[in-house]
Amino acid sequence: MHSLTNIWNLGIKELRSLGHDPVLLGLIVFAFSYAIYSLATGMSYELRNASIAIVDEDRSRLSGNLVAALLPPNFRPPEQIASGELDQRLDDGRDTFILDIPPKFQADVSAGRAPAVQVNIDATAVLQAGIGASDIQQILTGEAAKFYYNGLDRQPDPPVSLRPRIAFNDNLESSWFMGVAWLINIVTMLAIVLSGAAVIREREHGTLDHLLVMPLSPFEIAMAKVWANGLVIMIAAGLSLTVVVRGMLGLPATGSFALFMVSVMLYLFFATAVGLYLGTIARSMPQFGLLFILVVLPMILLSGGYTPLESMPRGLQIAMQAVPSTHFVKIAQAILFRGAGIDIIWPNLAVVAGVGGLLFALALSRFRISVSQTGG
Amino acid sequence: MSPDGGSIVRLTGVTHCYGSTRALDDVSLDLPAGRVIGLIGPDGVGKSSLLGLAAGVRKLQTGAMRVFGGDIADARHRSAICPRIAYMPQGLGSNLYGELSVAENIDFFARLFGQSAGERAARIDELLQATGLEPFRDRPARNLSGGMKQKLGLCCALIHDPDFLILDEPTTGVDPLSRRQFWELIDIMRARRPGMSVAVATAYMEEAEQFDWLVAMNAGRVLATGDAAALKAHAGAATLEEAFIALLPGEARKGYHAVVIPPRQAQPGAPAIVAHGLTQRFGNFVAVDHVDLEIERGEIFGFVGSNGCGKTTTMKMLTGLLPATEGEALLFGRAVDATDLETRRRVGYMSQSFSLYGELTVRQNLELHARLFQIPAERAKTRIATLVDSFHLAAHLDERADRLPLGIRQRLSLAVAVVHEPEMLILDEPTSGVDPIARDEFWALLVDLSRNQGVTIFISTHFMNEAARCDRVSLMHAGRILATAAPAALVKARGSATLEDAFIAYLEEAAGQAHPVIDGIAATPVAAGREPLPGRASSPAWFSARRLIAYARCEMLQILRDPVRLATSFFGTLLLMLVFGYGITFDVEHLTFAVLDRDQTPQSREYIEEFADTRYFDQQAPILDYAGLNGRLKDGKLSFVIEIPSNFGRDVKRRAPAEVSAWIDGAMPFRAETVLGYLNGVHASYLTHLNLRMTGSPTVWQPIQIETRDRFNQDFKSIYAMVPMVIGLLLLFIPAILMALSIVREKELGSIVNLYVTPVNRFEFLFGKQLPYVGLAMVNYASMVALAVFLFQVPVKGSLLALTLGALIYCITTTGIGLLISAFTNTQVAALFGAGILTIMPALQFSGLIMPVSSLTGVASAIGYGFPATYFLKISVGAFTKALGFAELAGNLLKLACFVPVLLGLSFLFLPKQDR
Repeated sequence: MHSLTNIWNLGIKELRSLGHDPVLLGLIVFAFSYAIYSLATGMSYELRNASIAIVDEDRSRLSGNLVAALLPPNFRPPEQIASGELDQRLDDGRDTFILDIPPKFQADVSAGRAPAVQVNIDATAVLQAGIGASDIQQILTGEAAKFYYNGLDRQPDPPVSLRPRIAFNDNLESSWFMGVAWLINIVTMLAIVLSGAAVIREREHGTLDHLLVMPLSPFEIAMAKVWANGLVIMIAAGLSLTVVVRGMLGLPATGSFALFMVSVMLYLFFATAVGLYLGTIARSMPQFGLLFILVVLPMILLSGGYTPLESMPRGLQIAMQAVPSTHFVKIAQAILFRGAGIDIIWPNLAVVAGVGGLLFALALSRFRISVSQTGG
Repeated sequence: MSPDGGSIVRLTGVTHCYGSTRALDDVSLDLPAGRVIGLIGPDGVGKSSLLGLAAGVRKLQTGAMRVFGGDIADARHRSAICPRIAYMPQGLGSNLYGELSVAENIDFFARLFGQSAGERAARIDELLQATGLEPFRDRPARNLSGGMKQKLGLCCALIHDPDFLILDEPTTGVDPLSRRQFWELIDIMRARRPGMSVAVATAYMEEAEQFDWLVAMNAGRVLATGDAAALKAHAGAATLEEAFIALLPGEARKGYHAVVIPPRQAQPGAPAIVAHGLTQRFGNFVAVDHVDLEIERGEIFGFVGSNGCGKTTTMKMLTGLLPATEGEALLFGRAVDATDLETRRRVGYMSQSFSLYGELTVRQNLELHARLFQIPAERAKTRIATLVDSFHLAAHLDERADRLPLGIRQRLSLAVAVVHEPEMLILDEPTSGVDPIARDEFWALLVDLSRNQGVTIFISTHFMNEAARCDRVSLMHAGRILATAAPAALVKARGSATLEDAFIAYLEEAAGQAHPVIDGIAATPVAAGREPLPGRASSPAWFSARRLIAYARCEMLQILRDPVRLATSFFGTLLLMLVFGYGITFDVEHLTFAVLDRDQTPQSREYIEEFADTRYFDQQAPILDYAGLNGRLKDGKLSFVIEIPSNFGRDVKRRAPAEVSAWIDGAMPFRAETVLGYLNGVHASYLTHLNLRMTGSPTVWQPIQIETRDRFNQDFKSIYAMVPMVIGLLLLFIPAILMALSIVREKELGSIVNLYVTPVNRFEFLFGKQLPYVGLAMVNYASMVALAVFLFQVPVKGSLLALTLGALIYCITTTGIGLLISAFTNTQVAALFGAGILTIMPALQFSGLIMPVSSLTGVASAIGYGFPATYFLKISVGAFTKALGFAELAGNLLKLACFVPVLLGLSFLFLPKQDR
């Protein structure tokens, strides 16, 4: 009971300190609002504004039709270039695709000689090249067929057609995915920096010594930091989800908001524990900075919010299963996109809580040792 | 020599403010040349601001100030007189570099003043001889005791033969012996350079008695000037301290009483503190060496010794904050145990540094601590009321603690430490930097606690008059206790005049020799015939490679001596490269799918087989109905589901149009897009096979053919694009963060002052500090290229020269980003956060890592084109995978190079050459 009131009182103290740091508060507001919005809308995984150029050696109606069919928003307005420019533009990465339409193309199509269009692809732009190539193929084939069969009776239907239906995100709106992914990343970064820096700052200013000579256990001191910093981030994340991701980016309100917030809470427990732990390991801020990068970058890049987990090497996939971020990305996607309930996500929640608890225990055990390291 | 009528510094109506605080309030004053001038007064009365202005560290706000007969606000004059002034800031060795050795520190300053190698060596030898630091030449500065640090600081200040030496509290926190030696040194240096003026700020009145001329200051104003005798005569006081108190305006003196200590009544019971053979080792450094102590209940026990002699460590062990390496400590007869919360309720502790929460008010601080000690609300209320009353805090109840004057803050700290009515108080230098009146008020409280409430007090201090008030004192030196007795007994035992003399006698005995320093030097001839410093008459040259190298060398040595930082940045980079090189990939494989086959005919199975045969897909257990389809998609284990309608087989045989549905999980749009592409491909191949079965023709006729040519990357493997790009990412984050922290660290720790007071200019400072980090990044670059080629098997097909040149320019820009961020931030936390966010976000999202920058729009596109990583990623991919030569890469190299002057120029503009 005493313990609970101590945790409560110390936590209020943490909140007051935070309230007196306008720069940090400003940064938090910026990160959860404008940063998420611009990161989500600025770039998409879909084929958007792919830059394409045309070497049109035919200059016919058909070649004009083909070019006109490559429409925004998938493609930038195609640029007509001379065949000599082709290599240089690809080298420079200015265009991802360059079509080469040969001379007498229209005549050959009309005559049924099935001429070839060359599609040059900068395959180092892996993602765009992969998605765009099949898109271009479909558009060109369809457009050519329209032209060819226009004169004839009718275009033959294929015997079997494939009808794709996209579940959970009909238009494959990638700003939803990206908004949620960066929301998670910012939660991770902020929780680690806030709690870790709080430990280092208290130690530098001697207030940690002070707390440790009072009748307080390290558990109470640490727990206060967890709940206070966690609460601020949770409120920010909740607002950001409601106002930015759902309001401005338009993610439909599938899934339980309450369940998501509970998951955020558990995840914050883990992330603040990471910060506390790093704060007790690092002897100085530069060291903390390096550790921060070493820990946060893999959490951002490899937990499935940036590139798909399935394509990573097996060993790495298994290793990332031990990192709660991976599970939290799954949880967020399951709840927010697929409307999944606790029955589906509980194993992931269990991992987040388990690893969080383990790290928290580790940080506690190092707390007192780390204070004595600065002694002298 | 003295165009201003014999004065070296002349202030006319100078006012200096920090926010709403007036540090100097309309001060007009002449400091005479060629003498030792003392500025006396408590902390925060404007002494440091005045000295800082005279040294050119701080920027003059209002009023006029002339130094060496010229306007100090004029940058040209400042840079001209800069080599004639030496400035030693407040704090023990705060302008020194802890990782550098004694000789390296002096060498650094000598380089800043443009001395040649031969001259440097000669001067360093001479100064080390003179100060007795010769035996410690190679010891890192952070391992020096407080007194030695100050001697080293003096060496650094004297390296360029200044005409005006400015010392800001040079002896605060230094033991009595070192203090005496320090002043002897100054006397010797003045004897050798008779024209030299010295201005000193000090809080020790005993010291000030020795100076030629004094300025007594309070609350930003000058109270009186003149020599010590004149001040004492003026105030009609016997000592300078009394004179100072008498000079204060009546208001500040109100309620002042000299401290009287009634004799102690012995109390029954076990001693409050007992220590036997208490020892603390940090590595092989013995901080506390077999200390024995016994402190009676109700006793005021003093602890005296220099900074770093082990006082704080001993106190921390006694509170249980630090487990002892050896020996035992008993509090009230019970062994100290870190986990024993009960004992902690009986002890109050005030640590050396300010241990209140600055952002809380006085009331909030008291209430918080009362709650933490679980004092019931009612009792807490009356207790706080009592404390506020007896500690005179009522007027400040709702002020923030960090805005209080130091004296009041220390009273609050004490109130906080006794809020739970402890039986024992452990106070670590509670009165450092506090003015005489506030100190006496503080002691009145202590006396009341000890004599009237029976509280045992264990206090450490630097002030001899405070030590003399204790019932007993211990003198500590280098981890050992030299003597413990009542102050009068100590004086008697050594047969000396004062307690200070007695301590010095003990310290000299411990050091094994008397006056180790002074003997040899008095005879040293005045440095005659030494060639004058170059450029003495005129301003120093605007650019000097030597000064730039001084900073580069200093930074390099610091990096090399922090093995943790060095190793983390090197192996951390390689580790991340390994993980990301394999981990960031857009080669989607092993997509899981399941089939809802409502037809179950040979025709439907033919269709499904098309999917089962590729490495892209992993087939899972079939689905039976819609409910199953929904459930399986929801739990995220399937990427897509193929649904084949009933009658599919019949329709195919009849050549009636049939339709297959594919349900794709759209939660991760990029994966869904890829799935869609693969599905279309597999479907097309099914159609071809179907056509073959039905008509015998191997192809489906199309009016055109599409010939795709995957340039540069025939296998379409992510790794050939990702590995070169990851190199670019890792050359960005770590150098930018380390660079930003390195400069902000100088701001936070105080060594930035060297930029303000030495001839080094901002360009030399910035570029000098940048060089080692560029070097470090280039080492990382080389090892990452080796990793790419030999481990990842991603060869450099194009120009390695262009790639390396690009990396060099790029590293200059990434460290440049760090420089720019450091110009705006003042704390390391902000620098870390700023550098982290401002590099990670644009690099991952807008620099072409996922999507080509040409496909971005609006703000994103502007960020992309305005970020150096964009161009280096192109160079890296170009040189590695696109097999581009120097000529083809020249355009991007040029664009990248444009960032260098922009970033350095902005950092230059935003970094002030003076403090506020």
